[in-house]
Amino acid sequence: MTQPSPLSSPALLHLGSLPITAPVILTWAIMTVLALGSWVLTRRPSTQLSRSQVLLELLVTGMADQIKQITRKDPLPVLPLLATLFLFLLAANVSGLVPGLQAPTGRLETPAALALIVFGAVHYFGVRARGLLGYLASFAKPKLIMLPLNLLSEITRTFSLMVRLFGNVMSGEFLIALVLALAGLLVPIPLMALELLIGSVQAYIFSVLATVFIGAAASSLE
Amino acid sequence: MDAKTISIIAAALAVSIGSIAPALGEGRSVAAAMDAIARQPEAAGTIARTLFVGLAMIETMAIYCLVIALMLLFANPYV
Repeated sequence: MTQPSPLSSPALLHLGSLPITAPVILTWAIMTVLALGSWVLTRRPSTQLSRSQVLLELLVTGMADQIKQITRKDPLPVLPLLATLFLFLLAANVSGLVPGLQAPTGRLETPAALALIVFGAVHYFGVRARGLLGYLASFAKPKLIMLPLNLLSEITRTFSLMVRLFGNVMSGEFLIALVLALAGLLVPIPLMALELLIGSVQAYIFSVLATVFIGAAASSLE
Repeated sequence: MDAKTISIIAAALAVSIGSIAPALGEGRSVAAAMDAIARQPEAAGTIARTLFVGLAMIETMAIYCLVIALMLLFANPYV
């Protein structure tokens, strides 16, 4: 192929012996912008609503409502994790459209890390809701024969979360680069609009699936 | 026909055959969602949300084929 592989990212600089790639730098930049922006916007909340405060409240209560509809429980314990996941993914997927940047979720490492975070969070919230023995026993529900299937499904669920995010974002980028190389400068613009839509939908899907998994692990119905 | 040629052909076949069934499945699911929304417009939010999640699950099958094709082209252990 005339283009570099979409599965590898070259190291831009080295911290000691640790290679730092472009996606890592962009991830840190997004994290800094989100954290600083949130801190600046929430410094002085008041009952005299300013526009930015209304926007933020809309965002946060909207996400809390969605989580509540899916898990049917109090959304506050899981809200920080899931809302941050959603906002970070939204920013990361869309950042690929800025000329010169490539989306960090378009390389395999970032979706893998996020999927592992969700994996850990599912077990953490499950143990917190049901206790260690209760949570472990839930793998054998409804029948003991389901035990290997439930264990396998943990692995495949996490894997599919990673592959879905990576595949969608990377293929969009790849396609835009290919069309750019073959057809010209302004031709990929409809593809970039599609990439915007797909990036947002994938961010939403990732967060919703994480919510569903956490809700299923923490529910005390089964 | 060395391993490289076969890998290229296999990658093309993987993506082309592997995206037929997900596309058909997604078409059917969107049609069912349209029916449901037409029947109950006030549940359009829930239906749309469930539709998107279902579409993502179906799409994952096509993405798996894409990942195999990518591995054949870029991370091929046999070439």
